[in-house]
Amino acid sequence: MSSAPGIAFQILQSVFVVLAAPLLVGWVNQCRAWLQNRSAPSLLLPYYTLAKLFNKDAVFAHDASPIFRWTPYVLFGCMWLAAGIVPVLATGLPFAPAADIIALVGVFALARMFSALAAMDIGTSFGGLGARREMLIGFLAEPAMLMTLFTAAFISGSTQLTTIVDTLAHREFALYPSLAFAAVAFLMVLLAENARIPIDNPTTHLELTMVHEALILEYSARHLALIEWAVAIKLFAYMTIGIALFAPWGIADAGDWSALPYAFAALAGKLALAGAGLALIETLLAKLRLFLAPEFLSTAFLLAVLGMLTHFLVKG
Amino acid sequence: MGVLPSPLAGSLLVAGVWLVVAVAGLIPAGNAAIARRFAFPLGALAGVALAALGLQTVWLPPQTMTLPLGLPDLPFHLRVDPLAGFFLMLLGSVSAGISVYAAGYFREERSGRLTLISLQYHVFLASMAFVLLADDAYLFMVAWETMALSSYFLVITDHHLPAIRRAGFLYLLIAHLGAIAILLCFGVLHGGRGDYTFDALRAAQLQPEWASVAFLLAFFGFGAKAGMIPLHAWLPEAHPAAPSPVSALMSGIMIKTAIYGMVRVIFDLIGGMSGNVRWEWGMVVLVVGAGTTLFGVLYALVQHDLKRLLAYHSVENIGIILLGLGMAMVFIGFGHPAAGVLGLIAALYHTLNHAVFKGLLFLGAGSILHSTGMRNLNDMGGLIRGMPKTAFYFLIGALAISALPPLNGFVSEWLTFQAALQATVLQNGVVRSLLPLFAATLALAGALTAMCFVKVYGIAFLGRPREPAHRSPLPHAGDAGPMERYGMAWLAAGCFVLGLFPTSFLLMLNRVGVSLTGHGLSDDALIGSGWLWLVPTAMGQASYSPVIFFVVIVAVTLLAFLLVRRFYHGRVRFSDPWDCGYPEQTPRMQDTADAFGQPIRHVFGPIYRMDRRLPGPEDTEPRYSLKVDDRHWYWLYLPVARAAEFVSSKIALLQQGRISIYLLYSFITLIALLVFVR
Repeated sequence: MSSAPGIAFQILQSVFVVLAAPLLVGWVNQCRAWLQNRSAPSLLLPYYTLAKLFNKDAVFAHDASPIFRWTPYVLFGCMWLAAGIVPVLATGLPFAPAADIIALVGVFALARMFSALAAMDIGTSFGGLGARREMLIGFLAEPAMLMTLFTAAFISGSTQLTTIVDTLAHREFALYPSLAFAAVAFLMVLLAENARIPIDNPTTHLELTMVHEALILEYSARHLALIEWAVAIKLFAYMTIGIALFAPWGIADAGDWSALPYAFAALAGKLALAGAGLALIETLLAKLRLFLAPEFLSTAFLLAVLGMLTHFLVKG
Repeated sequence: MGVLPSPLAGSLLVAGVWLVVAVAGLIPAGNAAIARRFAFPLGALAGVALAALGLQTVWLPPQTMTLPLGLPDLPFHLRVDPLAGFFLMLLGSVSAGISVYAAGYFREERSGRLTLISLQYHVFLASMAFVLLADDAYLFMVAWETMALSSYFLVITDHHLPAIRRAGFLYLLIAHLGAIAILLCFGVLHGGRGDYTFDALRAAQLQPEWASVAFLLAFFGFGAKAGMIPLHAWLPEAHPAAPSPVSALMSGIMIKTAIYGMVRVIFDLIGGMSGNVRWEWGMVVLVVGAGTTLFGVLYALVQHDLKRLLAYHSVENIGIILLGLGMAMVFIGFGHPAAGVLGLIAALYHTLNHAVFKGLLFLGAGSILHSTGMRNLNDMGGLIRGMPKTAFYFLIGALAISALPPLNGFVSEWLTFQAALQATVLQNGVVRSLLPLFAATLALAGALTAMCFVKVYGIAFLGRPREPAHRSPLPHAGDAGPMERYGMAWLAAGCFVLGLFPTSFLLMLNRVGVSLTGHGLSDDALIGSGWLWLVPTAMGQASYSPVIFFVVIVAVTLLAFLLVRRFYHGRVRFSDPWDCGYPEQTPRMQDTADAFGQPIRHVFGPIYRMDRRLPGPEDTEPRYSLKVDDRHWYWLYLPVARAAEFVSSKIALLQQGRISIYLLYSFITLIALLVFVR
């Protein structure tokens, strides 16, 4: 199951995702600035921010428990692990069979649980508020995500992401109505899970509306840098999951070095489009009131379930 | 077997040891030290032995034995097979941890009370063992009732409180409703042939409609004990009433004997090799299971009493187990035993997992209660500083019940999902598209559970005490004692072992499946499953390797830590929390348990019965109050209670209290019998 080129691919992909993730965030920010008629920040700004944060002194509250100290590392580890599971550049990676789509959703849930716990650790009112809102969004987004993935799992008869992508990438070109439903649902989940407009605004610190920023209010310096980095990897991972499910063409097989440049180019092109699309969505939409978020997400959940039912109905 | 006793004799011996321990604690009357130092640890040792014997039983052919006890011509029959062996292992291993904990927990108990608790506690354990060993309906019912009664007396340990007497009465009432249904079910299976051994019941050829009646009776009867809706009402009352180790026993093990009974009667006595299990029954179980799951977790989310909250989570987890069982029945009913066995394995594995992590959580709740005297989450806060070890074990339990990898709750929910994903093999289009909907229910419940345990852990252990230091016992709360910690450590280790090495348990449960249905998992699955890989159907379709997962996540987390350490200057300052420019913040402004549940009450408003009092604008002493009730009380329990009261008040008219009237009744009865019966 594991061979030297396979392992080389695995390490290459994991390192690539970790290093490239801030670039994607920079690209989305740049696109958004253009769309909003502002002068765009540098593409590399997220890297400068990380470097700046890593150079600062960390500040802890007096009451901080080990959970608070360890959560940034756990978050970073979870996202790094997710980056190893998703077939970003190649399918058939040696680590892939260790965790399927359900485990992938589990990794994100683990990260969410720890970040919510860390937010409540200091005992400020904003931390609890953020944790409550984050879990409110999570409990609807997580099943919607799982149902989206199950639709793809039913089509390919497997819960292995790598097998799913293999099946979908090498099929005859055909329109699956079930996948169309799933794609819309997935997009909605992506926006919610990554704290994007219309569910949350990544650039706000307004206490009435913030979700994700309330969670990490107490963090500073290296811990904040790790969390920001993990958030960037999460966005990258979600986008590549979407690409893997709904536009998998061009992905390489593990160990096939000759296909790698093409896979890189395809991935870069698709991510550039997806990032621009995200910026467009964030420019066109306004943020929803908090209690419209459950409605937004239950729509996503219903769409995903509908997609799954469509699969059974169309197949007969 | 050589020097080892046969598993059946050994299990009997363990049950005997529990009974002896129960009685022996009484002899040096009033000596609590004996009960604490010897009775509970000895009971724990016996539990470990029982676990080993159960493990051995799974791999051996069934054994039987007849005891020269019972009524004349009606001896007790005993039998162990893989199913009983699996549950004996569950009983032994989980009770071992709880008994060790109990030895520490009851350290301040008065001696008279403690000897009584020890008596009831060990009789309770022995009766559960006999429920699992029984091979005839007679012994089964005797053991079942002993179990109900001994646990009833444990629930009302603090019987001077009226609320606890009420909880005990409710428990006893529903337990007996269930027992009547089980008795009737055995009656239907028996069909008037005079032989109550399980062999005879198994051999009975039932009409399909009578088989369905037997199924419904068994489902109702065992469901009452397991706590499925709408028969769950006793759980959130009785679990908080009992002392914490007893809550752990009841929630961890006793409600699992109901699952045992359900599997035994439905899959073995009614269905079994003959394939009598119908898919329609499976749909009933699935619908009730889905309702139980969602209802349990949604009500858990709005509780602020820690033990009540955990009790509602037991309701939820019973629902998850029922989902697995229902899928098994649907698949077997449609003639796909390999997929059916997967559902059965998922259900039984979740039974074991829930016993371990729920036992752990109840013990953790007990430790909090012990050192702070608190059960209300709204008063807690910051316990992780005073009780770091309890906090650590409780965190493991919380992560396990939230179905997060790589702990054990995740594995059984993963298996349940895999069973649901087998739906493509079914012929019936409606059922095929319904099955994934039940998986969606499970996904929703899993995410809600995570939310609920963020609430529990965040409110109780994290943050700061909500009351000022002189009014709260929290700043002085000490950690759990050593015996309590060993008990929790044992169960926490169980969460890891069951989570990291599920394959050996999968193979064990496969044997249970083979012994019940004659079929097992597909060959691909068995070939693919090494110690490293968990493969329910075939490699490439689905696989999960908890060990690799765990190693990688620990490795990357440590790597991130080391890299930061390597390249970072490492300066740290401590200061007050950031007050966002508002320096008047107090710990009272933290979220409370009720505040945390507010979005859920908002989103799922219609399912709760809420009584909310808001302060008016002119109130000089504004008060806000909120009471959330279980709707089942109002549409089911209270009407039934009123009807029962009405009927008994009418029957009471017969009782005039004069002897001549009663003699007249006897006379009329006699005449009627002479006329009609002859």
